[in-house]
Amino acid sequence: MIGVVNYGSGNVAAISHVLYQAREPFLLVDTPGQFAECERVILPGVGHFDTTMTMLEQSGLVNALLKTVAEGKPFLGICVGMQILGRGSDEGVKSGLGLIEADTVRIDSTRLANKPYTPHLGWNSVTLKSHALFADVNAASGFYFLHSYHMACDHQENVLATTEYGDTLVCAVQQGNVYGVQFHPEKSHDNGVSVLTNFCKMPC
Amino acid sequence: MLRSRVIPCLLVHDGGLVKTEKFSSAKYVGDPLNAVRIFNEKKVDELVVLDIDATVAGRGPDLDLVAKLTKECRMPLCFGGGVSTVEDGLNIVSLGVEKVALSHAAISNPGIITDMAAAIGSQSVVVIVDVKKTGLLGRYSIVTHNGQTKWPVELSEYVSRLENLGAGEVVVNSVDRDGTMSGYDMKLIDQVREATSLPLTALGGAASLDDIRALVERHRIIGAAAGSLFVFKGPYKAVLISYQNLG
Repeated sequence: MIGVVNYGSGNVAAISHVLYQAREPFLLVDTPGQFAECERVILPGVGHFDTTMTMLEQSGLVNALLKTVAEGKPFLGICVGMQILGRGSDEGVKSGLGLIEADTVRIDSTRLANKPYTPHLGWNSVTLKSHALFADVNAASGFYFLHSYHMACDHQENVLATTEYGDTLVCAVQQGNVYGVQFHPEKSHDNGVSVLTNFCKMPC
Repeated sequence: MLRSRVIPCLLVHDGGLVKTEKFSSAKYVGDPLNAVRIFNEKKVDELVVLDIDATVAGRGPDLDLVAKLTKECRMPLCFGGGVSTVEDGLNIVSLGVEKVALSHAAISNPGIITDMAAAIGSQSVVVIVDVKKTGLLGRYSIVTHNGQTKWPVELSEYVSRLENLGAGEVVVNSVDRDGTMSGYDMKLIDQVREATSLPLTALGGAASLDDIRALVERHRIIGAAAGSLFVFKGPYKAVLISYQNLG
């Protein structure tokens, strides 16, 4: 059973729909007790870093979420759901969950040769580390991105995938059982479906 | 490498999908949800859906419509029509829409762009600028209310302010080319591109994939949006939902 943390973030519905169509049993988690029923968890997230952290805190799910991660269950943060796994973001003032040794920083427009600059918007190709999360993913077609901030990891070994946009931007991370993807797998057609279903099938 | 997006733009009027010509003569084309399903299968880059009744009717966004769209829509979605408050934006995003479009609200109350960005993130705030040539000299004017109301603000001056206000994308929509399939207004698009560094999407006039290719060649990274091109086929404008991107 996959738990999708339902704390008010917009992409819950789209993520759920992909899981439903892929026939992956899932549960929308709104109460702390429900984490126990899940063998793995997806944390959606769109919009502003601080708003997202505030909503998560107000949901009363943070402690149970952290406990679930500590138990070693596979955990995937999506878009801002990935950014809040880090320590914090230039976008706001709130602290993140501190599960990944990384900070989220603004995309550096000065590194882009031509307009447009930010947000990084559209379909971009990716460079993927060999990992079960990316089985069947066509790196050249890549994923849909929509963000002005990106994660910068302390350690290169936590970087699972990158994309080129001025600089080389980290777009997927892993630290132990915690994973994160910056792009929107729920809106990236076949590649996105592959990432979500691969996550569901990864050994616990 | 980041690719240019090819974006169908669907107009909704009285609950049905319509196509207009120069922002009038709305012709019924079909069921918007059906079009969305077809676009899902064609793996469309991104979709824009605009409710063209809302602002004129003085009402807010049709959240029922948004909910139905998001249930079906497997590609990134931008929704506009009657959005004027931060609450509207939050409601729309929480239903599963990636981007919220402002048109009338942005020009009548520019502070809403900033407030909306603070609430949903600037990457999700799209400002649509409807432009029509007016006066003896055919100057570009910004219009709202389906082209009925003209605004006394200079086009480039307005567009240049949008990034600092907090917008994440600009859509420039040519009223004069709308539904005519006479090609994009390149001069207009050039002018708007010059005025901002934000991601830009052009709409109005695309007649073929060649028009889209020419636009992308000229601007490297740009959103190429079209209505008629993806909704009609042939010289008699038979309704056919179709799609092709640049691959």
